[in-house]
Amino acid sequence: MPTEFLYGVEVVLNGLMAGVLYALVALGFVLIFKASGIFNYAQGVLALFAALTLVGIMEGQVPFAHLINAIFGTEIHHFGWHVPAVLAILLTAAVMVLLAWCVHNFVFRHLVGQEPIILFMATIGLAYFLEGVGDLMWGSNIKTLDVGLPQGASFWLEENTAFLGGEEFYGFFIDKLDMVATLVAVLLVIALVLFSQYTKQGRAMRAVADDHQAALSVGISLNFIWVLVWSLAGFVALVAGIMWGAKSGVQFSLSLIALKALPVLMLGGFTSIPGAIVGGLIIGVGEKLFEFLIGAPYLGGATENWFAYVLALIFLVFRPQGLFGEKIIERV
Amino acid sequence: MANSMKDTYEPYVTEDGRQIGGVLMEMKNITLRFGGVVAIKDISFDIREGEVRAIIGPNGAGKSSMLNVISGFYNPQEGEVFYKGEKRPPMRPYQVARLGIARTFQNIALFDGMSVLDNIMTGRLNHMKAGMWKQAIWKGAAEREETENREAVEKVIDFLEIQAIRKTPVGRLPYGLKKRVELARALAAEPSLLLLDEPMAGMNVEEKEDMSRFILDVNDEFGTTIALIEHDMGVVMDLSDRVVVMDYGKKIGDGTPDEVRNNQDVIDAYLGVSHD
Repeated sequence: MPTEFLYGVEVVLNGLMAGVLYALVALGFVLIFKASGIFNYAQGVLALFAALTLVGIMEGQVPFAHLINAIFGTEIHHFGWHVPAVLAILLTAAVMVLLAWCVHNFVFRHLVGQEPIILFMATIGLAYFLEGVGDLMWGSNIKTLDVGLPQGASFWLEENTAFLGGEEFYGFFIDKLDMVATLVAVLLVIALVLFSQYTKQGRAMRAVADDHQAALSVGISLNFIWVLVWSLAGFVALVAGIMWGAKSGVQFSLSLIALKALPVLMLGGFTSIPGAIVGGLIIGVGEKLFEFLIGAPYLGGATENWFAYVLALIFLVFRPQGLFGEKIIERV
Repeated sequence: MANSMKDTYEPYVTEDGRQIGGVLMEMKNITLRFGGVVAIKDISFDIREGEVRAIIGPNGAGKSSMLNVISGFYNPQEGEVFYKGEKRPPMRPYQVARLGIARTFQNIALFDGMSVLDNIMTGRLNHMKAGMWKQAIWKGAAEREETENREAVEKVIDFLEIQAIRKTPVGRLPYGLKKRVELARALAAEPSLLLLDEPMAGMNVEEKEDMSRFILDVNDEFGTTIALIEHDMGVVMDLSDRVVVMDYGKKIGDGTPDEVRNNQDVIDAYLGVSHD
């Protein structure tokens, strides 16, 4: 097989894995948007907050240490213990549920029935508020997140695929972390689908997403479902936060991955879970492949920064509801 | 709160052999306002176990508002609601639903994206006891419950003769069938009180006859108490045991269809005699 082709395949594989992470963030958006009509700008910050909290708990950091020290003149920073990763993840999940409850009861519960733009503004406010709280609680320095996931390239895969090409080909170069992330994302999606199809709460969640009034009339508490949905979005954010954090460290630019999820949503549609996944994969593969085939040789590279947005723009013009979004039919 | 119940009501059996029991629900001096507009003004009436109770009146009489008060979508500013002999505090709609009061809507509120079967299954949500974690961890309990609920739902599907469309997404159904699916979802909850908001609005004669038959059958077979709102006087008179007539938010008549038909206020309201 020609070496060029094999490198193309490698690019596609890497693109798929990057796409999985985009899809993960987009999934959080879709969950909340479907159930409550809120476009949650804070989804990226949720991921950041989750990652910060996870690192903080693992390292035994004292929350609000700087604030406490500034007020009381103390010098405390660490509890002096280390929490095992699994326990820390569970604790962080609990924190995300608590956060979901607070977000719903202190903010969105009071905005039920408001215009979408007002809800959107509220999520922008929430994003900056959470970023501030994250900073105050855990500090703003870049942290490394090590929950014991395998890192680095998979040499096994590299060595065992080298025979495919000739002299020039050294085998597929794929990060182990990316493979784990893909696996975790797939499991997460399967779990979400099973949950929403086969459990009482899942059925109630779909009901609320479809029609609030009808949901009320069969005895579903909207407030409970909304807290549940924010919690699920929190879990998804936690998973995304772990993956991105393990990949590039926990830093405040993590919240910007939310922006990368926007073109994914334009492609997949705002209301479709499969859409978020396929959209994420298309963007991931598309931008890597475009860079490999056209960007690097002809355009001087760095096309990955803008490719997704241009693709989204094209979609907006020709298919505004996305690939899987509900069809827009205007009745006259 | 026993003194609020009318002691004069003795259980009796109707001509067609249905059991009518004591008072299931009593509305006392209900007043509902939206800002300065009075939608319901000082209305009292009751609903007895096993009967078909109709609320009728011209457009804008406040019928739907009344139904919304019963189902908790509106909470009245004044007045008291008694259910099964106890005073009901102001409640949210989902709490009312959990008391066993199911309803349908004038403009059909179904879950369009879900299949007929799934829609009707949502009616069973209050009968599913296994919690989220139990369902996630212990598959057996959840499965057994799912089977039980499926059986109940299949019974309703057979009863309303919608077997053929059980897997169809509701959004694709014609209007008349949607109305029937909505009734099925309400029935699946096995309610003590079934509220129907204009179950026959927008239907042709044939569909109306079908729906009338289903309503009578539900009442007959399951003994479900039904309160319904309807425009069509003829249909109402055939269906119901007792009728409340509303006009401009006030009650102008209450009694058997015959009594109501001969009530001068009711005749005036329907023929449009000027209010002065």
